[in-house]
Amino acid sequence: MYGIVDPDRNRSAFARAQQPVGVRHQEHVTTTIAVRAENLYKVFGRRPQESVQQLEKGATRADTAHLGTAAVIDASFDVRVGEIFVVMGLSGSGKSTLIRMLNGLLDATSGSVTIGEDSITNTSPKRLRDVRRKSVSMVFQHFALLPHRTVLDNVAYGLEIQGWSKSKRLDKAREVVQLVGLDGWANKLPHELSGGMKQRVGLARALAADTDVLLMDEAFSALDPLIRREMQEQLIELQSQLGKTIIFITHDLNEAMFLGDRIAVMRDGRIVQIGTPEDILTDPANDYVAQFVQDVDRSRVLTASSVMEPARSVIPITGGPRAALRVMRDLQTSAAFVIGRDRVLAGAVHDKDALRQVRANETELIAILDSDITTVSPDTLLVDLVEPSVSSTLPIAVVDDRKRLLGVVPRVTLLAALGNLDTTTGEIPIVEEELIADEIADESASHEGAIA
Amino acid sequence: MIDGFRIPLGDWARVAVDYVTENLDGFFTFLRTVFLGMYDGVDFVLSTPPFWVVIVIAALIAFCAKGWVFAILSAVGLTFIVGVDQWENAMDTLALILVASVIALIISIPIGILAAGSKKASAIIRPILDLLQTMPAFVYLIPALLLFRVGVVPGIVATIIFALAPGVRLTELGIRGVDSEVVEAGQAFGASRWRILRQIQLPLALPTIMAGVNQVIMLALSMVVIAGMVGADGLGKDIVASLNRIDVGLGAEAGLSIVILAIFLDRLTATLGQGKSYLSRLIDRSGSRRTASPDVTPVLFTRS
Repeated sequence: MYGIVDPDRNRSAFARAQQPVGVRHQEHVTTTIAVRAENLYKVFGRRPQESVQQLEKGATRADTAHLGTAAVIDASFDVRVGEIFVVMGLSGSGKSTLIRMLNGLLDATSGSVTIGEDSITNTSPKRLRDVRRKSVSMVFQHFALLPHRTVLDNVAYGLEIQGWSKSKRLDKAREVVQLVGLDGWANKLPHELSGGMKQRVGLARALAADTDVLLMDEAFSALDPLIRREMQEQLIELQSQLGKTIIFITHDLNEAMFLGDRIAVMRDGRIVQIGTPEDILTDPANDYVAQFVQDVDRSRVLTASSVMEPARSVIPITGGPRAALRVMRDLQTSAAFVIGRDRVLAGAVHDKDALRQVRANETELIAILDSDITTVSPDTLLVDLVEPSVSSTLPIAVVDDRKRLLGVVPRVTLLAALGNLDTTTGEIPIVEEELIADEIADESASHEGAIA
Repeated sequence: MIDGFRIPLGDWARVAVDYVTENLDGFFTFLRTVFLGMYDGVDFVLSTPPFWVVIVIAALIAFCAKGWVFAILSAVGLTFIVGVDQWENAMDTLALILVASVIALIISIPIGILAAGSKKASAIIRPILDLLQTMPAFVYLIPALLLFRVGVVPGIVATIIFALAPGVRLTELGIRGVDSEVVEAGQAFGASRWRILRQIQLPLALPTIMAGVNQVIMLALSMVVIAGMVGADGLGKDIVASLNRIDVGLGAEAGLSIVILAIFLDRLTATLGQGKSYLSRLIDRSGSRRTASPDVTPVLFTRS
């Protein structure tokens, strides 16, 4: 099921690769905490408190089965404002129970939930209703639209509860209906819509309520694959427009990898790992997660930055052809990247050209600089590295938005990463302003002197 | 036989009813006045106009609910009742059924809502409903006679008690059957319980609740003869009389009149649960014709 090649996916992966550094994973996420869950437990059954006490001491779900069903065990996490936080797990892992505790549809047996400043646990029903009205809305797996109301009235439902006047709420609803691409369907009844459209209404209803936090419970699971992909892309687009904090529940790992800024993997009621999609793929916390992710199409999740190696065959532009030859000889390569001030990549030199220049007694590397080299951003997906890797004789250079050389991806490294083999041969050095560039310049200057 | 083992249930029941008659007489007199007033009011409305006015109105209602065929058949059936000289009795009976059903629904729907809202309430209410439904109807009549005296009121009371159960059961069933995700959606957007009941649970449970209304009315009809035994006027009284006199002719006339009333009421209330009535469909159709007209008119103009 996983890893099906999907043309839509390609397009979006490409679109993502075109974006400058960090757009997907950092820019829209702030450091403010939107939702905080601390040591959440939910046990259904006769003696929940007793069960929690045993679970706290390390008992498993099976150990406490006679006291009740432990649906969620010791879940703690922070979701930052503007983040898409995905909770992923198979059915029965407790993810739906978890999301229902976040807005108080289910009472937590133990632990606390805070949304913004408001506590969800241990609060009065009235207070809880207020929080739901102004801070957190929800999208449901089977849409949960009011079947006797039109699309527009469904979208306006949250506003109606918030006490907006009829004309104001319908105006706002019309706006949101347009935003999700349903103009022209506003006066239809839900049963006249297709599944994808129904979920757009569900999404519009949640967006219209204009809450900071959006809970999405398997929101796209009931849709067929193509519509699902379309909705996922639309969600990311809407999220970047509106900057909502989204907590998304899914059992589909590819969906989790596509949407999530961070993913929490759940198993048997416990969160077994929280991390970025790449963390989960490259550094699974245990065998369960590893097994889970083994079928994922790695080329569409891993990025250049996670597989790149430090660039060794590098020469400052101030160095001459002799220094270049020396570096190449030491590292047994036939070419070297040339960098300028601040490690900005200028191009590459090949050994034949350098040799010719030495014989001609010239010293300016710029004259033989091959500036037509392939560079990619650190966020480029591996799938988009394959083609440049094939067409280039040099390793692919990974550069940041200021064209500074961060690392390289040799062909063999790319192959190993796709095959899930360990390849990285060393630490990736962090680019430190000026310092390194100067150091290299000094070093090569001394080489130069030695050769001379 | 076990000597001396005798549960004095009969004595308890007697004592209880005696106690109630003596101490709560005022309350029951009040109830009697209310029920009698309602019955007389409805009966007055049904019996005062000439029969054909009532038949025309009934046919109109039938038309709005289901259309031409039902309207014509209703008119024919009601005219048949006039033809066998049972019109006044039929109107008395109809008044009794309407009053008893309305009161039964006023009591049973809130109880059904309560039972749907809490498992505990449901666990308490369910056996009481079983008791009400299986207890032979004659048994209610005895205390009802004592408390409300001979006449139409004990008949109404016995009918209400007998007809309560399906109203409660189907209301509970309907509300429990509402998609829990939709109810959750109401909660998730911060709706109050009352709002969820009013805007989600009741509208979505309506078809089932209406099936309950239908059942309540049908059960009320089945109590007509028993009500006749305690002195309520109407078709039931004639059937009781024909039984006493072994009058086959009168029995057939009154009996068939009940059947016609029953079928009319059943078909009428059955449409309530199916959402759109014939009338609203008619309105919809003419509405869509109106929106379509701008496309049609130019064609007409070019032809003329």
